[in-house]
Order: sequence, then C-alpha cells, then structure tokens
Amino acid sequence: MPNKFIHDFIVTKNIELNVSHFILELLCPEPLPKINPGQFVEIKVEHSPSTFLRRPFSIHEVNLQNNTIQLLIQKKGEGTRQLSYLKKGDRLNLIYPLGNSFQIVQHEKVLLVGGGCGVAPLLFLARILKENGNEIKILIGAKSKDNILEKEIFERLGKVFITTEDGSEGTRGFVIHHGIWRQTPFMFSKIYTCGPEPMMKAVARLAQIHRVACEVSLEQTMACGLGACLCCVVNTKNGNVCTCTQGPVFLSEELTGWTH
Amino acid sequence: MANLTTQIHRLKLQNPVMTASGTFGYGEEFADFVDLNRLGAIIVKGTTSTEREGNPYPRMAETASGMLNSVGLQNKGIDYFIHDIWPRLKKYKIPFIVNVSGSTIEEYVETAEKLNSIEELPAIELNISCPNVKEGGMAFGTSCTAAAKVTKSVRDIYHKTLIVKLSPNVTDITEIARAVEGAGADAVSLINTLLGMAIDANSRKPLLSTITGGLSGPAIKPIALRMVWQVFQAIKIPIIGIGGIMNATDAIEFLLAGASAIEVGTANFIDPTITSKIIDGINDYCERNHFTSVKDLVGALIIPEQTVDMNIS
Repeated sequence: MPNKFIHDFIVTKNIELNVSHFILELLCPEPLPKINPGQFVEIKVEHSPSTFLRRPFSIHEVNLQNNTIQLLIQKKGEGTRQLSYLKKGDRLNLIYPLGNSFQIVQHEKVLLVGGGCGVAPLLFLARILKENGNEIKILIGAKSKDNILEKEIFERLGKVFITTEDGSEGTRGFVIHHGIWRQTPFMFSKIYTCGPEPMMKAVARLAQIHRVACEVSLEQTMACGLGACLCCVVNTKNGNVCTCTQGPVFLSEELTGWTH
Repeated sequence: MANLTTQIHRLKLQNPVMTASGTFGYGEEFADFVDLNRLGAIIVKGTTSTEREGNPYPRMAETASGMLNSVGLQNKGIDYFIHDIWPRLKKYKIPFIVNVSGSTIEEYVETAEKLNSIEELPAIELNISCPNVKEGGMAFGTSCTAAAKVTKSVRDIYHKTLIVKLSPNVTDITEIARAVEGAGADAVSLINTLLGMAIDANSRKPLLSTITGGLSGPAIKPIALRMVWQVFQAIKIPIIGIGGIMNATDAIEFLLAGASAIEVGTANFIDPTITSKIIDGINDYCERNHFTSVKDLVGALIIPEQTVDMNIS
C-alpha cells in the first residue's frame, strides 16, 4: 500500500488573511489518506519560471468530511505570489502527505508556540490535541496586530496569548517575553513550536529550563521531499538527517546546538 | 510496442531509462510513485568505502532552470549498503548499479572489490566527477593520467560492467573519455554536474556552505548534449547520456546524439513519476517514427549536407 501520493488538487477557496498571508483550501480528487499534524505537501508552482523546484508547505488543517486540506501561505517570493492568484476551480499538483508528525500526548497540559506564519501546522495539531483530551494554551507571536494569524480559530480550541513586537496587541516583545514562562510552578508538560528558527531555539531553551519536552517543526531548503536528494539535512545526535523524512518535527534535544 | 531493449557492454536493459545517482535514493523512496520494475536500471547514491557525513547545510540553491547542490557524498558506506540496503532491493527485477566514489585510488578499489563479489549486482558507475568533495572526486576526472589510473586500478579487480562517469569541468571531455576507454572502461556516462556558484546579494554571502557546487537541471542540457555528441565521435564504447533530461523528447535527443541509454536526475525531484512517463514517451516516439528498435535511434542524428561541423578541424 502506498502512503505517499501525487495528485492534481482543485482549489475550493482562496482566503486572504492580510496583505501577505492567505489560505488555500484544496479538494483532493481521491479520498484523503491518513494525515497527521506536522506533515507537509510539496507543491508544483505553475506560471512561475523562477520557481524550478517544488515548494514545501505544512498542512494547516484537514477536513475529512469535505475531503479538503488547507494551507496557510505567506507571500514571500515569486512562487507564493503566483499561488496567491489561484482561484476556485484551479488545479494544483501536490505530493502528499510528507514527513513525520508531532507526537500526540493525551490528557496533559500543553503549550503551542507559533511565530508569524509558523502557526500554520499548529491549528491541525491543536484540534487533534484537543480531541485527545489535552488542555491547550496557544502563544502567538507576530510583528504587529495585523500580522496575528487565525487568532479566532485558535480561541475555539484553547486560551490564546499574544505578543507583538510593536506592542499593538498583547505583550510587547517576542514570545519568550510573555509572562506565561515565569509562572511558578510551570504548568505545561509539553511544548510544540513552529516559527522562525531563532524563536524556536529560544523557546527550546526555555523548555529546557522548565525541564519540559519541546517539539519543533523545521523549515529547510528542500528539493525532492522524499529523502533522496539529501539537501534539506539538519545536524542531529544521529548525524545529518533529512528534514523531509526524519522531520520536519524534531525533539529540540535531538538537534545539535539547540539545547545545552 | 517498439523494442526498447538496449545494451551497455554486457549489461542488458529492458529500456534505456535509468535514474541518476543521488537523485533517486535507493529507488525505494520512489516506490509509491513509479513501478520500479519498469525502469531500465537504478543507479544508487554515491557510495564510499566508509561512512561520510557530507557537507554542512545549506547544500542546495535553486537557480535559473536548475539547481546547485553540494551534498558531498553523504552515505553510510559500502558495508552498510551491502548488509542493510541491498537485501531489501533484491526483490526488484531490475539491475541496480552502485555509483562508487572515493578520495583515493585505494578507496575506489576497496569499494569496487566488495561489489565485484556480489553476483546480482551487474555493474558499477565509477564517479570520478563529484565536484563537492575536497579530496579525490572530480580531481580524478579532470586529468587524463589520473582518470586512466583510477579506471585501470578498478578494472584490474572488477570483472563486471564498468561505467565511468565523466566530469564536464574540463577543457576537452573527449580526451578524458579516450583515456578511460584505453584504461579498460566498458562504458562512459556523462555529464556529472557543472561547477557553479550562487550568491545572495542582500546578505552578500554565498548560498552554499561550500561556496561552489554542482549545477544540474535543464540549464545544463545543451552542454551535456554537445559533450555526448563529441564523445560519440571519439570513442567506441557505449555512452550513457545525462544532463537536464526532463521529458521523453530530451531523452531522445541524447539517444540521437549518440547515447545508448540515459539517466534522469533532477527531474525526479519535480515529478517523481517522470521516469515512467519518459519510458512511455520513448516508445510513442519510436512507433510514430517507425523505429522498431530504440537501438536504431542511437547516434541517428541527421546532419544536413551544408552543415559546418565546428568539431572537425
């Protein structure tokens, strides 16, 4: 039985979140296979000659009833700009589902920390964690109020805390400056994070100080997504491993230089 | 259905479509997308006598119509391949060819000797053209003397089909091709990646941890075609064409230029099913153009009378 597939999905929605972020909802032409939070897809971007390779995007949410997946995308370059033009009915070629996934705990108190577009894989994760009886808190960091993504949706799944760099909403500063880290006793037994690498490293340090396991979702420049080209490696306790197959989710303590 | 079988020395292939080393893993990575038993052969990742960590990240940069890589031969070594990977691959009915790399002649010989003793593995591809390692690699492929020496040393102990993979980073690839032919190679494959570089103007830093890397993809196809054509005029042993093959038409162009078979590389990253489509496309081309055998395409380039061949002095 295959567990990875390649298909032309059909765009069912393109939702603009703000000036630089949008959500694509994509209908799978076949019944969706088992997909776990943290997994990603590789998209073939059409009409963008400078986008030669596929682009990896983490899966934002899965709707098995509608047979759709959602991707939360930041307009960063030519390829993502082309994707932002997609309209209902357009086709998009995907390889899916790729990579490992977050480990789902049960009946625990967990903290999800997302920075900017890094909230992308955390929505699907939050829903599955909630379905597994966990108490969830979500800490979202953004440049400013306008850049906080999906806050209302996350609020349905757990209490949301905000930090903004300019102080336009929530605590002023980065996610590590939020008061939640200074609570004693620290109430969480597990942390999941996705965002810019410096942010994730700082979160991993705090997790280590609180002696809590921390799962991080990495983004590395990638070609095949299948573990063949060995381009997206990250150095771990087990040497250089592919982010696309051994990751994208790693325990922070496995990553060289992430904890002390 | 046209006859797609082709032959590289004693190695018989059901069709001319192989996968280029380092772009198809050990085949298993693509088993969800391609019926591996349809392929001509799979050339597995560059293998060295001992485990190698490869180069630090970042190892890849996208460029116009292609990509640069500087993976640096990351692999677990020949013993791991033989004991942990090969047993899983035996169930497939197609030839697996190991790409043999090294830093010293002794290292090439040690790896080739171990592969010589595995009966079901019919061929090796001697990689004297990797641009991403500090010692050896491409150094063996850019001088006629060194290329001949490593080929001869492996030839002395390796008794099956010996393919030598040539570097394009030379002044005249035909000289190297002749040198390895003279040293006992049964076939040559060309081209490996072209040495290139990419810079991020904003950070003023190179995009690769190794500053330079190997360029692959459609950007290099015209160069690869030219080199296959030149080498076809220069040697008698079979040629395997490689370089930016993205579809069946590209593959056919290489056959017409003189390649007896081809390797698909970077295209696997963009469409993991591409090898299967290329096999079908070659068959369609043969039928459409009334070629009963793909062998009739090899070197069948039509040179119009008024052509001025710049390669003939």
